[in-house]
Amino acid sequence: MLMKTIMASTALLVLSLPASAETFRWGASRDIGSLDPYSYGDSFTLGVLNHVYEGLVRYDRNLEIEPALATSWEILSPTTWRFKLREGVKFQNGAEFTADDVQASLKRASDPKSPLKGNIPAYKGSRVIDAHTIEIDVSENYPLLLNDLTTIYIFDAGWLKDNNAEAPTDVGSGVEGFATYNANGTGPFKVESRQPDAKSVFVKFDGWWDKPQHNIDRIEFSPIASDATRVAALLAGDIDFTDKAPVQDIPRLEASPTVKLLEGTDLRTVMLGFSQRDQLISGAPNPMKDVRVRQALQLAIDLDLIQKRVMRGKSRNAGTLVAPPIPGYDAALDTPIKADPDKAKALLKEAGAEGFEFDFNCTDTLVNEEQICQAIASMWSRVGLKPKLDQAPRAVQTPKRSSGKVDVYTLGWATLPMLDTYSLTSQVLHTKEGTFGIFNWGGWSDKEFDALTEAAATELDRTKRLALEAQSLKVAKEHVLMIPLHQQPLTWATTNKVADLPLMPDNLPRLWLVKK
Amino acid sequence: MIVFLIKRIGNAILVMLAVAFLAFLIFRFLGDPVEMMMNESATQVERDELRARLGLNDGFLVQYGRFVVNAAQGEFGLSWRNQQAVVTLIAERFPATFELVLIATIISLVVGIPLGVFTAIGRGRWWAESLQFSSVIGVSLPSFLVGILLILVFSVSLGWLPGYGRGEVVNLGWWTTGLLTPSGRAALALPALSLSLFQVTLVMRLVRAEMLEILRTDFIKFARARGVPRRPLWFRHALKNCLMPVITLTAMQIGNLIAFALVTETVFQWPGMGMLFMQAVTFVDIPVMAAYLCIVSFIFVALNTVVDIAYAVIDPRLRKA
Repeated sequence: MLMKTIMASTALLVLSLPASAETFRWGASRDIGSLDPYSYGDSFTLGVLNHVYEGLVRYDRNLEIEPALATSWEILSPTTWRFKLREGVKFQNGAEFTADDVQASLKRASDPKSPLKGNIPAYKGSRVIDAHTIEIDVSENYPLLLNDLTTIYIFDAGWLKDNNAEAPTDVGSGVEGFATYNANGTGPFKVESRQPDAKSVFVKFDGWWDKPQHNIDRIEFSPIASDATRVAALLAGDIDFTDKAPVQDIPRLEASPTVKLLEGTDLRTVMLGFSQRDQLISGAPNPMKDVRVRQALQLAIDLDLIQKRVMRGKSRNAGTLVAPPIPGYDAALDTPIKADPDKAKALLKEAGAEGFEFDFNCTDTLVNEEQICQAIASMWSRVGLKPKLDQAPRAVQTPKRSSGKVDVYTLGWATLPMLDTYSLTSQVLHTKEGTFGIFNWGGWSDKEFDALTEAAATELDRTKRLALEAQSLKVAKEHVLMIPLHQQPLTWATTNKVADLPLMPDNLPRLWLVKK
Repeated sequence: MIVFLIKRIGNAILVMLAVAFLAFLIFRFLGDPVEMMMNESATQVERDELRARLGLNDGFLVQYGRFVVNAAQGEFGLSWRNQQAVVTLIAERFPATFELVLIATIISLVVGIPLGVFTAIGRGRWWAESLQFSSVIGVSLPSFLVGILLILVFSVSLGWLPGYGRGEVVNLGWWTTGLLTPSGRAALALPALSLSLFQVTLVMRLVRAEMLEILRTDFIKFARARGVPRRPLWFRHALKNCLMPVITLTAMQIGNLIAFALVTETVFQWPGMGMLFMQAVTFVDIPVMAAYLCIVSFIFVALNTVVDIAYAVIDPRLRKA
């Protein structure tokens, strides 16, 4: 009898082992905005919702584009792309995935009221050819459509229609949208519950078309905004993973036997920009229009010191404006400028700009931004300049920046979601006109540079396009349009229960690749 | 009495209008929500369109007027960040904050009143004086520090209690409660303790002062002369007479606690109204911030008005004031 009981319970135990739900608890530094990927175009929300929704293509472990809901594509004409869609894909409500879904989703994303419209700038329209073929019309010779499509997630057309959610939610109208609370994607996980600010639970979707590489059944996503609380939760084993281990807590986490650190370098390059207007905001003439002054500002900054002291050796000094993994990066340009205060002083003297006063606008968004700004301000003071540090939260600084009321400012640019140098050259460095130069807060205009950028915008040959982009980065470097400082450190931390979790330089965890 | 009521309620409405006005004035200088709401690659035209749709181009008074008219109907619009109705967002968060405040208040009374009595009757003894002294520390420690210390001790070192979140909650239709599940109660312990600490010392000091006063009165002396034992003397005769101001204080402090809960909620990731407000500040979510400020001040104003009216009912002399 005893023997039987033992055998029975052993059998039960063995049987129950594979069925035991493996839960992965993610303590994030912030919450997602909503369950609607088209509600708020920030990379983090899109990254989390990528577990539920998928695009036609996606990034693999090496940030190369690979097929997802589309299996292949061809360029039919300078304005038309044809996509062959994957067959046998099911939405989480059981509906079949077809070309109609793609068309409805593209229509929703490109709606004038959609905050995601900017993610698919070249989109003109689409035609359903058959159930699994669709043609997409774009502006002429647009090379980056695939990059854009990685963040255009596909909704089920029928579900959108049934729930009256075909148009994106319009915050101006005051009417809530169905997709804000409900989700129905094709991705590896489906939403079980969502409590904003508290916990969102995702469970494995058994009908996923792809072969799962993960071994988890459940993701508990809890935002924990306070750095200290998040670190404590990790040390206490209340969470398995955080995508943001604060730089100042790294030694402590390293010392803990139960915690594993994953360290890498972010795609985000931190840089400084200058006003190129005739006057500084104080009304004085602007000496920074002279390239020698910009060179002097660059030579005065000791990148090594910032790297060692402020960033505790965790950042990567930059010589060019984009990080190495980004297409268009040129290793030949990536030699950080060595500090030379004497030469800086000489250049300032030569340009007749000794000791000029300017406003230095900093926010609180980048890693250790406050300390970086203070360090740089004191380095500039050392060569006789008079920077006035203006530090405030991003929400306060951004309006000043976008209206051009800054002299010198910080900027972090990761080229997301496009993941291409073109994002930087078209949005930050191109002359502010039309759809170009939205973040060209300094207001410079360099015709040579603009021509190179525009050429890259329509060059379909990848090699030629990347060469053009590298060339434009060279011009930016020679003219010191901006001073590159470093790529930020990227630190994820897990408990030692997590066996494998690929650290992505775009700072987006992809839990369909995790092993616990 | 009716004139008095109308006067008090009129006052309350004026205060609310002033609060709403101030709130709007602050948000005017807070920053540009459009820059936070749009994707990096949105064009200038799209930004301008969104600004127009949100009504940000209208004059300040127009925006304020629109807000007041809508708010009076309980309509606070959509959160710009979450795209959910602000009223729903706040209603969802209110139970969390209310339970936290309720438990913190209970802790402060259950711990504060006996401590007050003991420090009063043991006046001059070393244990009473040291309690009195440590209460000074209780008042002066900032609550985020207390929160972090509690997390370090009870969550990281001892592993007894969770350091963040609300645990499992039970949904009772329009109210979610964490009080009915073990994990919900465990999650409530640390934030409630941290929030109540200040309150405990406040109650303790008030009870102590009142007790000292009453212990000197004649009726206590006569009671003692009649041979009433010490324990019933302190806890029945004396303490009863101390409780009126304590109850008034507690009622008035509930508004304070709701406002103070903001810091505690941030430290413990407690999904209440304070957390919602902090998130709104980061993203310049003006509808949420405006609604939060109005609702919290409404609670304050309502509590004060009710207390005033209650006093007037009890004491007719106050009606003329």
